[in-house]
Amino acid sequence: MRSSRRRVMAVLRKELRDLRRSGNVVTAMVVLPLVFLIQPIIQVFAIPSSGSAALHHEHTLIYLLAIPALVPSALSAYSIVGERMQGTLEPLLSTPVQERELILGKALAVFLPSVSVAYAVFALFIAIVELFAAPGVAPALVQGPDVLAQFVFTPLLVIMSIWIGMAISARSRDMRTAGQLSIVVSLPTVAITSLIAFNVIPATLQVALVCGIGLLFLDRLGWRIATSLFDRERLITSTK
Amino acid sequence: MMGPMPRSGDDDGSRAETAPRAGSGSEPDVALVVRSLSKQFGDRIAYEDLSFEVGRGEVFGFLGPNGAGKTTTVRTLGTLIAPSSGTAVVAGFDLTPENGLAIRERIAIMPEVPGLYLRLTVRDNLACFADLYELSDPTDRIHGVLEAVGLADRAPDACGALSKGLRQRVSLARALLSDPEVLFLDEPTSGLDPAASKDVHEIIDDLRRRGVSVFLTTHRLDEAERLCDRVAILNTRMLTIGRTDELRDRLFNRSLTVRIRRPLVDPNVVFGPELGVTSVGTDGPTTYVLGVSDIEAAAPGVARALVAADADILSLTESHHSLEDVYLQFVESPGGVPAG
Repeated sequence: MRSSRRRVMAVLRKELRDLRRSGNVVTAMVVLPLVFLIQPIIQVFAIPSSGSAALHHEHTLIYLLAIPALVPSALSAYSIVGERMQGTLEPLLSTPVQERELILGKALAVFLPSVSVAYAVFALFIAIVELFAAPGVAPALVQGPDVLAQFVFTPLLVIMSIWIGMAISARSRDMRTAGQLSIVVSLPTVAITSLIAFNVIPATLQVALVCGIGLLFLDRLGWRIATSLFDRERLITSTK
Repeated sequence: MMGPMPRSGDDDGSRAETAPRAGSGSEPDVALVVRSLSKQFGDRIAYEDLSFEVGRGEVFGFLGPNGAGKTTTVRTLGTLIAPSSGTAVVAGFDLTPENGLAIRERIAIMPEVPGLYLRLTVRDNLACFADLYELSDPTDRIHGVLEAVGLADRAPDACGALSKGLRQRVSLARALLSDPEVLFLDEPTSGLDPAASKDVHEIIDDLRRRGVSVFLTTHRLDEAERLCDRVAILNTRMLTIGRTDELRDRLFNRSLTVRIRRPLVDPNVVFGPELGVTSVGTDGPTTYVLGVSDIEAAAPGVARALVAADADILSLTESHHSLEDVYLQFVESPGGVPAG
């Protein structure tokens, strides 16, 4: 059965409008990534010009990949259970919208702001370093491969994080549990990015390729899991 | 004040037919055919062995106590949940997972809880659903249904700012948006004031005139009596089904109620069998309930007999049994079988 682009867009528009009017969610989406800026900024500003050479062997920028690994799951965790709790799921599911259209629309509504926020925070960090860090720090910190990794891995991590959140949301009975669970489940990814940033896991091309392939695989698997967990009857009646 | 319901501009039969219409058992003037439909959740029976039909343009009342299975039946016919056994044809399509999309394109459900996006405006709520139904003229259609439910001036307001009754109206507008062939209304006047309820009744009457089949679940029996062509009473099993007057006649003998100023000395002599009176009962010292086989034939004779007996007649009326009487007879009788 073909999917309807218009129905996907209807869900996407509705979600974005709803998000725009949700002050708390928007605040959380902005504040949480900014929290991740604190540690690298302190680290960078503690380095004098003479110590900037050491930065060539560190990957502080990779640390910022924790943002796309964590923020979207917290947001997507509300997407289905939230509809259920406010009683909007039944009218929604009684329309011709198909499961995959609904999931895709909701996923896009998390993907677009999450990627935007992750890139914006990354750009902000680079700008702060370029403008205010000691001379020599910025060129040592902003390394081409790390910037490339940021651009490539951010959407892959966002997608994986969305599927984690949605899968949890489809199975949760209340929003608080869904939110907390999604953060807990995302922590291993945050740990991996942190370990790479702190050079515990070497940031080599090989590691990047393995992570990239792994994320592509998980993103595809996540879509399948999220769609298979979306069971109209269970969501409406909570009896299965 | 609500306005007349507009027809959808895209209702030219162009809805995608993703599966063939049902074959046997599907007739063009029948909107719903249900045969031995049952639903169980584990050991709990939601409803069982339901069989009925709903005609096109018919307003069909679905009545029963809390937990009788009304909402679950609506959800089943609306393809939200699968039946455990039995078959159904909805808007011409067999109720199967493959036909879910085709059925949902042709029906609409107004749930008991309005389920609106409270942070969005009324217009945005409806715009989302107009796109989900892929309506070709969403702006006109939204305006039309808002006019119909008397909310055209509230389109820019956030749904969260509306009263419960107004939210209910928005929910009704949303259900009307796709110009459905079959409309499931679950307690549509719940929370509405009498004037707003009357407006909803007018909309339902209008839908009937336009050939829309309305499947109405309600606890308001006066509403069901006023609106429904036929009613079904269930309590997980179907207890009875029929026109309200048929059900009344089936359950209750026709009777005349006579109220006079002073008691009769011997009522059995006054109301003799030659008048067509089959039984004489009392409802107080000066009120007599007369069982009759033919009201029109018996009433004049009874009046003459009372005058001849020198009785002062205060009133002489046909006893009226409401749908509530019928309902209570069925629902309160052990096993759902009325006593007589």
